[in-house]
Amino acid sequence: MNLIAQIEAEQIAALNKTIPDFKAGDTIRVGYKVTEGSRSRVQMYEGVCIGRKGGLTISASFTVRKISFGEGVERVFPLYSTNIDSIEVVRRGRVRRAKLYYLRSRRGKSARIAEVTNYKEKAE
Amino acid sequence: MRSGVIAKKLGMTRLFLENGAQVPVTVLQLDNLQVVAQRTAEKDGYTAVQLGAGAAKAKRTTAAQRGHFAKANVEPKRKIAEFRVSPDNLIDVGAEITADHYLAGQFVDIAGTSIGKGFAGAMKRHNFGGLRASHGVSISHRSHGSTGQCQDPGKVFKGKKMAGHLGAVRVTTQNLQVVRTDADRGLIMVKGAVPGSKGGWVTIKDAVKKAPFADAPRPAAVRSAAAAAPAAEVAVEGGEA
Repeated sequence: MNLIAQIEAEQIAALNKTIPDFKAGDTIRVGYKVTEGSRSRVQMYEGVCIGRKGGLTISASFTVRKISFGEGVERVFPLYSTNIDSIEVVRRGRVRRAKLYYLRSRRGKSARIAEVTNYKEKAE
Repeated sequence: MRSGVIAKKLGMTRLFLENGAQVPVTVLQLDNLQVVAQRTAEKDGYTAVQLGAGAAKAKRTTAAQRGHFAKANVEPKRKIAEFRVSPDNLIDVGAEITADHYLAGQFVDIAGTSIGKGFAGAMKRHNFGGLRASHGVSISHRSHGSTGQCQDPGKVFKGKKMAGHLGAVRVTTQNLQVVRTDADRGLIMVKGAVPGSKGGWVTIKDAVKKAPFADAPRPAAVRSAAAAAPAAEVAVEGGEA
């Protein structure tokens, strides 16, 4: 392992984050720390994860899409960001793609995702 | 004026800080960095320290250089560089400089050899706009266009930006902030990019365009003394090594 990879592994260990098992198609709720002036609070952002990038490396990120007031909104979160308070899986979706970019051109009924009924918790 | 250091560029990564910020950093390593020689006003007319970094095989080092390293009683070095210092900041020969030489928050200038791009066109080399994609432009979409006027002046002015060799020159990036140091492994992490490729040698100096950093160790953070003695005594301790 080269030194850069070692530094990254150490940092991931030091951040001590518990990342739930989720993938594209899952509906997730992200608690994101927002600082307004001097006080900070946790803002919830719930939507469909339409893709993950970078595996479990320090530079990994995921994209969450939701329809807000009739307008599609996508946010990209760094997986190991210290601004992320929590990640919670709300619903497991059954999809056949790793990246659900096709959802961008769909609205309403055709943008639905079927739920996984036989989800098995991954042994850690 | 404090001495700089020679470092090896390991690559880039990112750091997540407690306040939620994520910082892109370049990781630089001090590899076996020792003082090889001193330049003094009496002998050379100026004061400087010559530092050496890395490890070279003795049998691949020239006899002249072997003698030079033997005089300083250090292992043969891969990379040598000289840093001008003020007389009170001279470091003893043989002293090993550690990454504590720089502190988090300090600004530095980093010089290295940029990545060579070979013969590059005017668009890549000088950010020219090129020619149009259509409207009769033929085969010359990425050309530089006109290079001057007509019979008067009747020549292309010297220094005209044209295609040519790009990169592989010495580049200095100023005012990079040190984010973190790790003396055990000899690592310095600076915010932002540093010239050169991974594995390339760079020199780090205190930023010339910022006020001197008051807490920085003077004349240098030296291995043998770094553990116990405060910064002021470092020079005295290093003298015995």
